[in-house]
Formats: sequence, C-alpha cells, structure tokens
Amino acid sequence: MLELRHRGGRPGPGGAGAPPPREGEAAGGDHETESTSDKETDIDDRYGDLDSRTDSDIPEIPPSLDRTPEILKKALSGLSSRWKNWWIRGILTLTMISLFFLIIYMGSFMLMLLVLSIQVKCFHEIITIGYRVYRSYDLPWFRTLSWYFLLCVNYFFYGETVADYFATFVQREEQLQFLIRYHRFISFALYLAGFCMFVLSLVKKHYRLQFYMFAWTHVTLLITVTQSHLVIQNLFEGMIWFLVPISSVICNDITAYLFGFFFGRTPLIKLSPKKTWEGFIGGFFSTVVFGFTAAYVLSKYQYFVCPVEYRSDVNSFVTECEPSELFRLQSYSLPPFLKAVLRRETVSLYPFQIHSIALSTFASLIGPFGGFFASGFKRAFKIKDFANTIPGHGGIMDRFDCQYLMATFVHVYITSFIRGPNPSRVLQQLLVLQPEQQLNIYKTLKTHLTEKGILQPTLKV
Amino acid sequence: MTELRQRVAHEPDAPPEDKESESEAKLDGETASDSESRAEPAPPPASVDDTPEVLNRALSNLSSRWKNWWVRGILTLAMIAFFFIIIYLGPMVLMIIVMCVQIKCFHEIITIGYNVYHSYDLPWFRTLSWYFLLCVNYFFYGETVTDYFFTLVQREEPLRILSKYHRFISFTLYLTGFCMFVLSLVKKHYRLQFYMFGWTHVTLLIVVTQSHLVIHNLFEGMIWFIVPISCVICNDIMAYMFGFFFGRTPLIKLSPKKTWEGFIGGFFATVVFGLLLSYVMSGYRCFVCPVEYNNDTNSFTVDCEPSDLFRLQEYNIPGVIQSVIGWKTVRMYPFQIHSVALSTFASLIGPFGGFFASGFKRAFKIKDFANTIPGHGGIMDRFDCQYLMATFVNVYIASFIRGPNPSKLIQQFLTLRPDQQLHIFNTLRSHLVDKGMLTAATEDE
Repeated sequence: MLELRHRGGRPGPGGAGAPPPREGEAAGGDHETESTSDKETDIDDRYGDLDSRTDSDIPEIPPSLDRTPEILKKALSGLSSRWKNWWIRGILTLTMISLFFLIIYMGSFMLMLLVLSIQVKCFHEIITIGYRVYRSYDLPWFRTLSWYFLLCVNYFFYGETVADYFATFVQREEQLQFLIRYHRFISFALYLAGFCMFVLSLVKKHYRLQFYMFAWTHVTLLITVTQSHLVIQNLFEGMIWFLVPISSVICNDITAYLFGFFFGRTPLIKLSPKKTWEGFIGGFFSTVVFGFTAAYVLSKYQYFVCPVEYRSDVNSFVTECEPSELFRLQSYSLPPFLKAVLRRETVSLYPFQIHSIALSTFASLIGPFGGFFASGFKRAFKIKDFANTIPGHGGIMDRFDCQYLMATFVHVYITSFIRGPNPSRVLQQLLVLQPEQQLNIYKTLKTHLTEKGILQPTLKV
Repeated sequence: MTELRQRVAHEPDAPPEDKESESEAKLDGETASDSESRAEPAPPPASVDDTPEVLNRALSNLSSRWKNWWVRGILTLAMIAFFFIIIYLGPMVLMIIVMCVQIKCFHEIITIGYNVYHSYDLPWFRTLSWYFLLCVNYFFYGETVTDYFFTLVQREEPLRILSKYHRFISFTLYLTGFCMFVLSLVKKHYRLQFYMFGWTHVTLLIVVTQSHLVIHNLFEGMIWFIVPISCVICNDIMAYMFGFFFGRTPLIKLSPKKTWEGFIGGFFATVVFGLLLSYVMSGYRCFVCPVEYNNDTNSFTVDCEPSDLFRLQEYNIPGVIQSVIGWKTVRMYPFQIHSVALSTFASLIGPFGGFFASGFKRAFKIKDFANTIPGHGGIMDRFDCQYLMATFVNVYIASFIRGPNPSKLIQQFLTLRPDQQLHIFNTLRSHLVDKGMLTAATEDE
C-alpha cells in the first residue's frame, strides 16, 4: 500500500523511500525489548535457536537492489532524491495501470493467465521470506515439495472451476471425462504423495525446521491460491465483478495517500504510522464516488457485464448475452433531501451501482486491514518489502495485499446476494447421477415447474 | 499409535516409556545436555501419572514393565467398550462425541503451540483461537445441517434466513476475528502473534475439516464410519502384536520401534478383519442406511431399502483360489470389496499419519500430545492416523460410491432463475430421452 505522508513536516531522507529508514529506526528501538519477548524455549536442537534468535539475528535482507531502469535514472538525475523517488513511484503506477488496461482489452483468457502468474509470484515471494527467516534454503527436498504442493492445489481448484465452465468442451473428450469424474480422488492421491514424501524426507536434525516450512507452505497456499481462484470465479461471473473491486481498492490506496498527503494529521493505527484518519475518511468517500461512476460507465458494455462463456464452436471465450436486470437502467425515486439538492424527482441508475457502493465501502473500510496485516507481517519479520520486483513499490505481494480480502468478499457477496449456484454446475452434477435418480429428479422438477407455470403442461409430442 | 517393541533385546526393567524415550533420545544423537534440558521446569509438563488409584493398587505387585502393559491393555479395552456403547446410542451421540474429540484435539495442539512459544500471556490470543474455532465450526455445521435438515430448515423462517445467507454470515464472523487480530498486534510481540495465528489456522485446517468429513461419512451410513475407524485401530493393534512376536527389521528411522514384520502382518490381518467386519455389519439396516432426519418424529432414523452395495451377490472365484477353497462361487456383499480398499489404505498410508505425528513430537521435543489417557497419552495420540483415513473415505465415497446428493441438487435447482431452470430441465429431458429412460409416451404422466 502506498504509505501516507504526514503533512509537510518530515522530508524523509529517501523521499517516498522514507518509510524504510523510519521503520528501521522504530524497529531498532524495539530491538532490545523484542529480543527478550520473542525468545522461545531453546532446547538444544540445532535449529531450535531459530525461535529464540534475537531479531537482530534475522538474516539481513539484501540491500534493496536498485532496479530502476537506467533510462529513468538518467532522465531524473537532476531532481533531488525525494522527488526522484516520487516520480519513479508515479511512473511505475501509471505503467501498471496501463498494463492493466491493456490486458483487459486483450480479454478474459489473458486476465486468467495474469491472475495465475501473480499467484505464482506471490507464492514465491512469501516462500522465499520463509526460507530466509528460517535459513532453510538447503533443506532437503523442500523447495521441490513446496512447488509440488502449489501444483496440486492449483490442479484441484482449476479442475473444479474448469469442469464447470468448460462443460461442453469436456463432454466431448473421453479422457477429460475420466479426469473430471475422478477429479477429487486424483487430486487427493497427488496430495497424499506429497505428504508421504514430506514424511519420508524428515531428517533427524531438521525436524522442527521442516515442520515450520511445511506449515508455512500450507498457510501460504491457503492465502494465495484460494483467493486467486475466487478472483477467477468472480471474473467468470462478468468482468465488471473483477474490475470494479480491484479498481476500488487501487483508487482507495491512491486517494487515501493523496488526502493524507494534503490533509493528514491524526494517526490512524500504530502499526502503520503514516496512515491518517483524514486519509482514511477522504479515501472512503472518494472511493465510493469512484466506484459509483466506474460502475455506471462499465455497465453499458456487454463485454464487461456478461458472464464469460466458453464456446466450443469458436473455441474461445465469448462474452455475449442479454444483460441481466442488474445492468439495465431503472428509475429510482430520490429521497426528499436529495430531491432538493439535485432538483430531480427520479434518477436512472443501474442496480449494479447500488451494489458497487457496498463493494467500495468494503474496499475502503476493511480492505486496509489486509494492508495492516501485511505491514504487521513485515514488521514481525523485519523486512521492508516482500521483494524487489517493482522499482519503487516493492514486490507483487506489496501491491496485492489489500486485494485478497476484497476477492473473497466479492465472491461471498455474489453467491449470497446476486446469484444462486452456477447452473452449468447443477446440470453437470445431474448428468453424473444414476439414471434412476435422474428420472426421479426429472419427475420432481417437472411437477415443480408445472406448478409454477414455467412449464406449460405438455401435449403429446 | 501403540509403539512396537523390538523383539526381546532391549527390554529393561525400567518403565518402558522412559526407556523408549531414552533410547529414542540416543538414537537422535542428542547430547546428554538434552535430557537435562528436558527436565527443566519449563513446559511441556512432565508425565503426570494419571492412572486411577484403583488400577495402581491392583497392579502394585507386578513389575513396572508388566504394570504398564496391563494399564495400556485395560485402557484399550475400556476405549473399545466405550466405542461400542456410543455406536449403540445412535448417530446423534456419535456426532456429539466427534465434536468433543475435535475440540479436545484442537486444545491439545494449541496448548503445545503456547508452550513452544511461551505465548500463554499474549493479549487476546486464547480468545481469538477459540473464536476462530467457533467460526469455522459454525461454517461447516451450517453447510452440513442445511443439506441434511433441509425440510426442517425450510419450515422455520429464522433458520431459512440463516441458511440462505450462511456464507456471508460466516465470512463476516471470520473477518471480525481477523480485524481483531490485526488490532491486537502489539509492538514487541509481532512475530509471536503471527506464529500463533499461523499455528491456529493450520490446526483448524487439520482438525476441523477432518472432523466434518467424519460426520459426512457418518451420515452416509454408520458402516462408513465404523469400518474405517475399526480398521485403523485393528492395524495399530495387529502391527503391535506382529512386531512384538516377530519384529526384527526396523521400518523407518522416525519411529524406531516399527518393524517391517509388524507392518506387513498388520496389513494382512487388517484386510481380513475388514472383510469379516463388513460381512457382519452389512446385514443390519441400522448400519447400512443413510442417516436421515425424520420431521415427524423429530429424530434421526436409519431406515431404508439397502442399496445394491449391501445385497449379497454371487461372485465367481478365480481358478487359483477355487482349488484351495473348493468352492465355485462365493456370496459376498459388494461392500466387502470396497472394504478391502479401505483396509489397504488404513494399513499402508494410515501409518504415515502416525509418522507425521511422531516427527511432530520429535520436532517439538514432546513425548505425548497430552496426558488425558493413562498409558496412551492424549486424544491426538490415539487419533493421529484416523485423520488421513477420514479424508480418504470421504473422497472415496464421493468418487466411487455415489454422486452428488440428489436432494441437495433439487435444493440448488430451486434457487435458480426460471429461465435457467427451464434450460436445465430441457437438457435433462433430452439426455434421458437419449438414454432411453424416457419415451414420449411417459412424458404425459
């Protein structure tokens, strides 16, 4: 998350890079006290001391490699370092946003690939931190096993989603049918193989370390992989369900930063000393307005609004449909006080815009907790950034830490309030049942539909 | 898991447990200072002798080795008898017992975490751990209850709302806990708090998900609950016996008392046991039928027409065995074939759960998870192999035995939009017509 700057007051030595030295100082002040409280039972285990190691023993994260491209450096060489850093961040922000637009233009399949690569990179970043904290880079097998587990869990999740959305494609191919039907069993068997390999790889002197890395891997998988799949499921619901939440979070970051920069005075939380209440509240209101507007703009286009489907004839993803009611303009009568302000009786809105308010509210109020969690994590393990992938911003995780809670929220929101279960999934499950069960269900459904008048009583066909 | 004893060679007079720990310690190549540091007053708690006084007195004149053997034996029989009583009492009591076991396991593992990290005094943390346990349980029970108590839920308005927005409510509860955690981060204790947070989540993942899989299996039919658990227990005991009498070749460095003879003997014995047990149980409806909630009597009933799996069928015996047994065909329940798969898993892969737990205990230098059961350790010690088994049975049922739950499908169908319902209905109709299950003539019925 972009750190807010206190108004005026402190020209940090490294400009926007100020956070690190300041945090470092704060951390330095904590050193003595943290070392005593972080000590754990040191039972002569070779690696037992890793728990009781004082924080100053944590391996130094390699000094930030300056990955700023040469050309930027030359162009900005004349400015003072504070502004230089500000410019680098700004340029990188714009670059990332344009990249985002480009990929949206290229379509849902590219977006899926993008989400997948981000997931893999986030996993890699967090696992690398684990290796460094535990100095366990040389543990036998462990790197292989971490990547193997990542593969297993991805296979499981992709199998569950892919089967739903590619139902027609899957029906055609015999081998795929087999893989889908026994999907859970195959995934479980693969996971078990990894589990047994782990047990067999336990080495006498490294037990505790290996268990720590095992747990670290699993928690990381839980966080990164499940959430990236929720993102993809949101995407399939309609690209607007992917774009509006993500843009709301980004907007909240940027506007909270700007409000904090210009008006910030009251600190928000001890964990991130640069966040201010003014930034928080200002960001909230601007994000709601932004979400509202973005929803209005995007709801017009079928490209964003329609669920993504895989058409077997064209062998590609298409987004074409009759927009649902959510995306059709409706007239709402304004409450009296707004009537006076706007001088209109009714206003035409897309119902989706009302939902977008809920999404933006979540993005501004709860999303930051994801950022605080990541800040706490970085403080706990004494790292400045998750990695150094993006110059001026840190690693991919740094940019995506708030998105995770958002993705889960959007998914839960959709399943609870927008739609029920996925129809193609229900159909697929129906087709897997025993013929007698299918017949029974058919009869039940027929009665139900006729009662509801959806099905006209059939004449002899 | 009951540790096997190596044949004769090492038996000293000192209580076997201490000897085990010493020899294990020596095998680990640890120094003498290790055993000293283990004796430090710091946690984990030293083995408290929990044996009831009655037993103590009755066995006081035997040598301590045999005394311990007897204590273990008596407790084993007590636990098995308890298991039978619970089965007799019915599914509801079983569910409650599973729930209690889950909570106790969670408590044991979390306590180990507190001890390892000296974090008993962390602000909020105990509250948060139990709160997360509650949240995850609420989520899982909500999902199961909605499926199985469908009609009951639809009747009561508040329950219906709770079940419709179930995921949202669970997520909100979880988020509250998450935000509380973030707000509770204290400057000096960040790393500890994150460790405990991670520890809690991994424990929840292991303990809670698996206990719910156990309950799912239970609802499928009590036989799917009883046979796997009995196979694991049988494998434990048989492997111990075989190891005791014939054990010679060590199996794995992690558990020096396991032997290949015990492993293989246990495997064959468990398969045979599984076959026999399933033969006996398949005859009774109360074990074989899915558990259903009857609205009229407001209780659980197990009453149904047994499915094909539980009807005797003739199988031709392959030529090889024909000559041995002298029969041409044999009447078996198809379920017995499945029980062979279950027993095989219980004997071959189940022990890995035990090795994992042994490795965990070695890693954190604890002898037992807790001291709940005299002679055996904590609840986790007894249930460590069961976990993999529960997941396997659940995946097995979902993949090979039955497809999705028809009533759940109908329920999902009813929540769809009318045009989606129509589309699915028509697709189903054409599918059935293709299969010849439906003809135009029957359409009108």
